[in-house]
Amino acid sequence: MARVRDINCRHAVELMGDYLEDRLSRRDRRRLEHHLAACDACATYLEEMRATIELTGRVEPDDLRPEVLDALLAVYDDFWRDRGERTAGP
Amino acid sequence: MSTTVSLVDDEELLRRFLAGDREAFRGLVERYQSALVRIARRYVNSPALAEDVAQDTWMAVLRGAARFEGRSSFKTWLFHIVANRARTTGVRERRQIPIDPTDPVAASRFDSEGMWKEPPPSFADLLADTQDRARAVGSLRAAIAELPEAPRSVVTLRDVEGLSTREVSALLGMSEANVRVVLHRARAQLRDELERVVKGGE
Repeated sequence: MARVRDINCRHAVELMGDYLEDRLSRRDRRRLEHHLAACDACATYLEEMRATIELTGRVEPDDLRPEVLDALLAVYDDFWRDRGERTAGP
Repeated sequence: MSTTVSLVDDEELLRRFLAGDREAFRGLVERYQSALVRIARRYVNSPALAEDVAQDTWMAVLRGAARFEGRSSFKTWLFHIVANRARTTGVRERRQIPIDPTDPVAASRFDSEGMWKEPPPSFADLLADTQDRARAVGSLRAAIAELPEAPRSVVTLRDVEGLSTREVSALLGMSEANVRVVLHRARAQLRDELERVVKGGE
């Protein structure tokens, strides 16, 4: 948890946001990576952010309310019926 | 949703429903309806109106699907339709999200020198156990639902739906920089939730 170059742990955690999105400047990236190499706590935190992202990717989208699904399937049925009527027309 | 439909990719489901397969349409609706409502909700001022916009979007999909050329993914196409419709429907001013980029992440964990008061605990045990992982995913799902609207939308579209920050920025009408700021804070809160799972674990 030692101070490494000119960033402290709080600053390192702040930089992790853009680091994970691959948007850090080269200079900030170097500062962060230098810090991570010497700081187990921050390295752990970064790994946990990655794990969080990975697990969040396993969350299923919200369940659909049955009445909403029924309404949308009715839209689908209407669409096909209209099409059928049009193509069956003269 | 049958397992066969849930494993099929979007473009195949699109082909199937164009051929009249109702189950394929249902599969896409189940996959994306909640995301459509979430995007629409950024621009319109009631949940009911957001659902109307989502329904209009599906009608537009039905009418336009045959012309979908696959230059983007189906998902990108779908999300742009809903965002455009919601924008034109949007009766409310786009809300500016009060985000202070200098507001530090996890501020309370650091001392006045910016050092950890207590180092974060390891998640290794949690991640190693399949059941624990499943429990963690359940906790994350609940934690996402508790987030305020902006971070919930951002983290859902970026990390649950897997869109790029650029796409999220376009869909939600936020700058990319703002998306990243909101995203980082939302992820940090979700990480804290996992820490509670780790500490509360047997």
